[in-house]
Amino acid sequence: MSSLRLLFRGGITSYRALFGWLSPWLLIPVFLVGPLAQILFFSFIGKTAGVAGPSFYLVGNAIQYAAIPCLFAMGSTIGDERQMQTLSLILVAPARRVPLYLGRTLPVIVNGFAVALFGLAVGSVILGVTLHPDQYLPLLAAIGVSAFACTGLGLVTGALALRVRETAVLPNVIFGILLIFCGVDVQRGALPSWIRDVGAWLPLTHGIAAARLVLGRSAAGPVAADLLREVLLGVLYLAVGFALLIWFEQESRRRATLERS
Amino acid sequence: MRVLRLLGLSWFLQLKMASRSAFDGALAVAYPLFFATTVLLIFRSGPGRQKALLAAVIGSAVMAVWSATSTRAAFLLQQERHLGTLELLVVAPQPFALILVPVTLAMATVGIAGIVTTLIWGRVVFDVSLVVTQPVLFVVGILVTVLAVGMMGFLLSVASVRYRGAWALGTALELPVWLVCGFLVPLSLLPAWVRPISWVLAPTWGMDAIRAATAGGAVWADLGGCVGLLAAYAVVGTVLSRRVITSARAHATVALA
Repeated sequence: MSSLRLLFRGGITSYRALFGWLSPWLLIPVFLVGPLAQILFFSFIGKTAGVAGPSFYLVGNAIQYAAIPCLFAMGSTIGDERQMQTLSLILVAPARRVPLYLGRTLPVIVNGFAVALFGLAVGSVILGVTLHPDQYLPLLAAIGVSAFACTGLGLVTGALALRVRETAVLPNVIFGILLIFCGVDVQRGALPSWIRDVGAWLPLTHGIAAARLVLGRSAAGPVAADLLREVLLGVLYLAVGFALLIWFEQESRRRATLERS
Repeated sequence: MRVLRLLGLSWFLQLKMASRSAFDGALAVAYPLFFATTVLLIFRSGPGRQKALLAAVIGSAVMAVWSATSTRAAFLLQQERHLGTLELLVVAPQPFALILVPVTLAMATVGIAGIVTTLIWGRVVFDVSLVVTQPVLFVVGILVTVLAVGMMGFLLSVASVRYRGAWALGTALELPVWLVCGFLVPLSLLPAWVRPISWVLAPTWGMDAIRAATAGGAVWADLGGCVGLLAAYAVVGTVLSRRVITSARAHATVALA
């Protein structure tokens, strides 16, 4: 029971602390304006270049923007605790590590899901892309698994925050890598083969591919295959993130470097 | 002379600080490269690629200047407040605007590194040769645009002084300004109601001047528009900063937001 409490209450408390709820207007530019701006930016560029239609950029950028909460919130989970000098208090607590860290991922997954959903819904209205009711459920699934997988990568960046001082830099760099490597705005077939190969091992790639297949009215099989790949990648990244967190924590304790990096 | 010394010294010190910060230095140069690469990949896969790619490289390069300025400028006063140095700046025996301008100009200057990096990136990775018909005016256009972006950052830093999470405002403005200023997308493709907004943004004119210098068109009118607008920003920002500081002093809220 205490583990469940830690999982949910601990996770929500940590999440609320991230964004300074005394001033919730912060959410508007970050989570509402941001994804729409990126969707519109690349849609217009696509129109200028004469490459792809608006639905291509809508799906890619809406789902990719889930990376903002997934990467930054998870990175800040460690970095902000250190900055507020609460990291040692948390890590000295006899709490189980799995619910402690897993609890912090749950609100972030929901946040990433909500951001992508908002981008997709409002973006489709602005760009005049019609989403049919029978596409809603598979699209929701694609967004959900993408947010989950990206949070796994976020946990890895969170772990690295135990070693890296500039915690705002790493998520920015990873966000940029995802933008290029996941085929967000460029057909994967048009990417250099080595970028395509690396992208296949990154979260979001298969989620975005699945969502595009749904919009293209593809059969259920290929969509399910992409969704499954995305879930498996998410599990892989979560496992790596947990392993790194536990390893870096032990190392930090051993070397007495928890409060510095 | 004292004013010039203040501007020059502050600008140089800010540049030194940025060079030691991974966020304000390296990331400010590298982050726009991700977007530039994506943009160039899009244009490369489209028709009429060579001509489009050159325009895209130049547009992406100028994007870097605003990218280096927007978030940091919006967060500038909050950061000084956070570090406990805002009061010192406010009580300094110089107009507050003269203290802010070199800071935002330094951020825009970091953007010059972004321009150079993007141009080299375009040449090396995408094989885009920069062929400029009027090289001198091209450089003048870039310098004036950098100055304009710096002044826009100054205006943004003053306008966002009361917001605790002002960094988010700066981040949210990054892409819309890229779009509305026509760095990569012709203004004619944007909705008609957007165009008046583009016209009051100095970088729009600067970008037009840079484009004209590249293609061999008339540059001076666009440069004049850009200089006129940046002068207007300087006046508005100075008046606004004076009012904000007077109000903050009267209400004893310099340290609060």
